[in-house]
Amino acid sequence: MVDTVDVLIIGAGAAGGAIAWSLADTRMRIVCLEQGDWMKPSDYPSNGRDWEARQLAEFHYNPNRRARDTDYPINEDDTPIKIANFNGVGGGTILYAGHYPRFHPSDFRVRSLDGVADDWPIDYVTLAPFYAENDRMTGVSGLAGDPAYPPKEPVMPPLPLGRSGTTLATGLNRMGWHWWPSDSAIASTEYEGRAGCINLGHCTGGCAQGAKASSDITYWPAAIRAGVELRTRCRVREITVNAEGMASGVVYYDADGVERFQAAEVVILACNGIGTPRILLNSVSGRFPNGLANSSGQVGRNLMFHPYAQIYGYFDAPQDGHRGPGNCIWSQEFYETDQSRGFVRGYTFEFTRGQGPVQAAITGMMTGRIPWGAGHHAAYRKLFGHRTGMVAICEDLPEEHNTVTLDPVLTDGNGIPAPKVTYRLSENSRRMLDHAVARGTEVLRAAGAHDVGHEAPLAVGGWHLMGTARMGTDPERSVVNEWGRSHDVKNLFVVDGSVFVTSAGVNPTCTIQALALYVADSMKRRLATLFE
Amino acid sequence: MSLNEAPMTALTDAQCRSLRALAALMIPADPATSMPAADDDAIFADILASLGRDASQVVAALDALDALAGGRFGDLAPAAQAAAAARLQAAGGPMVLALTRAVAQSYYRDDRVMRAIGLEPRPPFPQGHALEPNDWSLLDPVRARGPIWREA
Ligand SMILES: Cc1cc2nc3c(=O)[nH]c(=O)nc-3n(C[C@H](O)[C@H](O)[C@H](O)COP(=O)(O)OP(=O)(O)OC[C@H]3O[C@@H](n4cnc5c(N)ncnc54)[C@H](O)[C@@H]3O)c2cc1C
Repeated sequence: MVDTVDVLIIGAGAAGGAIAWSLADTRMRIVCLEQGDWMKPSDYPSNGRDWEARQLAEFHYNPNRRARDTDYPINEDDTPIKIANFNGVGGGTILYAGHYPRFHPSDFRVRSLDGVADDWPIDYVTLAPFYAENDRMTGVSGLAGDPAYPPKEPVMPPLPLGRSGTTLATGLNRMGWHWWPSDSAIASTEYEGRAGCINLGHCTGGCAQGAKASSDITYWPAAIRAGVELRTRCRVREITVNAEGMASGVVYYDADGVERFQAAEVVILACNGIGTPRILLNSVSGRFPNGLANSSGQVGRNLMFHPYAQIYGYFDAPQDGHRGPGNCIWSQEFYETDQSRGFVRGYTFEFTRGQGPVQAAITGMMTGRIPWGAGHHAAYRKLFGHRTGMVAICEDLPEEHNTVTLDPVLTDGNGIPAPKVTYRLSENSRRMLDHAVARGTEVLRAAGAHDVGHEAPLAVGGWHLMGTARMGTDPERSVVNEWGRSHDVKNLFVVDGSVFVTSAGVNPTCTIQALALYVADSMKRRLATLFE
Repeated sequence: MSLNEAPMTALTDAQCRSLRALAALMIPADPATSMPAADDDAIFADILASLGRDASQVVAALDALDALAGGRFGDLAPAAQAAAAARLQAAGGPMVLALTRAVAQSYYRDDRVMRAIGLEPRPPFPQGHALEPNDWSLLDPVRARGPIWREA
C-alpha cells in the first residue's frame, strides 16, 4: 500500500463518487479512502416493522446520537442547529431526502445583484453542462418548464402529487403563488437498472427499493467498473507534505486501527463542509502551522447551514401520512431579493407529506396536541394521517465567525481531534425565518388547515454543510481557486460543499456533484500543466 | 474522550415498575376501539428491550419522577402517580422526549394497535404504498403567469 497512487480521494460521499467516476476515464490509478462501510439495502429500516425506531437509533441523522463506530463525534454545544450527516459509501446521500434543485443564475452573483457576500468565480452557464450530466448519472425526476428556472430537462416524470400535494397545490393556487413538482433524485420509473419508487415513505432511512439516487448506487458502481479502487473503513488523520510544500499522501487508520501511509501525486478532499476543514486543520507542519491550505485563514470559517423553518398543518381530510416519498412540490415565490420584506436573498418552500404512526405520536405528545391518559386515543385518531406541510430553506450568508475548529478534548475512536461547530443565527436569517413562518401559515390556512404549528430554526436541520474552504480568485480571501485547486498546495483539491461561496436558498447536493464533475473536467483539460 | 461509546443502562426492578406504571398513564387502554394500554405485557416487554440510546435519559426521567412524587413512583397510589406524571410532562425537555420516544416507538408498531388505527401490520418494503392519481391541470395558473427567475 505504499505504492504512490496518481489520485487519492478522501471521502466516498456525493462529491467523492462523482469526481472518481469522471476522472476514471484518464486511466490514472485512483484510490478512495472512506471511513465508513458499504450499505446493504436489505439492512435499511423500511425492511422491518421497527422502521421508525431504527431511524431514531443507528440510522439517526445526528452522528452523536447514531454513534456508529464509523462515525466521528462533533461538538455541537455552541450551535442552535445540530449536525446531520452519514458516514459510509454514499455519505450523506444514504439518508438524504433527494431534493435535487439546481442553483439559479442569480445565486452565483449575490454581490453584484444584492451587495452582499461575494460573487462566485464561476456562473450558472459554466455549470449547466455538468448539471445536465449529473442529472443523467443520478436520475432526476421532475417536470420541464418550471418558471422559476432557466429551461432544463429532467430525465423522468415527476413524483406523485398525492393527497398532500393536491391539498397544498390548491392552497398555493388560492394565494396565487409559484409552485412546481420538485426535481428529485428519486427514480419515478425504472432507470438504468434501478427500480422505480414504490412510495415506501421512508427515503431518509435509506431506500430499500434502490429508487433513491444515493451515490453508492449511482456513481460508485460505475467508477469501480472503470477501475477506481475504493477502500472502506479507512479513516484519514492528516495530509502530509513534502519539502516542496506539495501534498505527498495521507496518514490513515485501517479497519484494525493500524496507522498507515498512502502516498499520492494528487489529493482530493471530499469529506463535506465539516470533515474537510477538520482534516485540513489537523494537517499541521512546520511549513503550514495553521493547517494545510490555510494561508488565508479561511479554512473552517464561513460555515453555512441553511436555517430551516418547518411549518405544518392539520386538516379535516386525510392526507398522505407516511405513504409516498417526502418530496413532492416546491415554491420559489419568495426566492429572489425583495428589500421590502426586511431581508436580503430568499428561500424555497419544499412541501412534504406526513408522518408515520410513531412520529405522529411523538410530535403530537411533545407539542401537547395528543394528551397523556384519557383522551390520548381520540386525539391521536384525529391527527394521524391528517398532517402535511413544508420546510423553508433559507439562504444562509457567509460569516467568518461561524466556524469549524478542532475540539481540544473530544476525539474519535482513532484519537483524531473531533470538529467543534460554532454558529450564530444572523439577524437576516431570523427575519427570513419569520417571514417563511408567516407565509407558510397563510398558505396552510388557504389550503384548509385548522391547526398550524412551526419550528424555526429547525434544531435537527444541520444537513447542508457549506463554505468552510471557499472558492475564489483571491488567495487572501479564499482557500481554493475557481476550479477547486488549493491556492497554497498545487496538488490538493477540494470538491465538497466546503467550496461554496454562498449557499443559495436550495438544497446543495445537485450543485456539489455538478461542481465535482466540473472540477474533474478542469483537471482533465489541464493534465499536463496541473500543478502550474 | 469519545462520544462513540454509547452507554447501555439496564433498569432495576423498581425502575421497571415505575416505567410500567408511567406507560399505562401515558397511553391507557381503550376497550371501545380494542386498543391495549402501553403497559400490556407484549408492548411493555418491547419497550424495555428497545430503550437503546434513550436508556440513560429514561432512567434520569424515572429518578426525576421519584423526586417529584416524594417516593418510589411505581409504588404510589394512582392519584399520586397521576399528579407526579403531570408535573414531569409539564416540565418537558430531553427526558420527557426520551420517555415519549421509548413508549411510542413500541406501542405504535404493535399488531393490534396498527390494525386499530387502520394500518396493515407490515413493513413498508417490499409492498410499498399506492397514491391517488395526479391532476396536473392544477399547474395551469402557474404556467399562465410565465417565468419568474431573475436574469443575472
Ligand atoms: C437526513 C438528511 C437529509 C438530507 N436531504 C438532502 C436533500 O434532500 N437534498 C440535498 O441536496 N441534500 C440533502 N442532504 C445533504 C446531503 O446529504 C449532502 O449535501 C451531501 O451528501 C454532501 O456531499 P459531500 O460529498 O460533500 O459529503 P458527504 O456525502 O457527507 O460525504 C463525505 C464522506 O467523507 C467521509 N469522510 C469524512 N471524513 C473522513 C475521514 N477523515 N476519512 C475518511 N473518510 C472520511 C464520510 O464518511 C462521508 O462518507 C441531506 C442530509 C441528511 C443527513
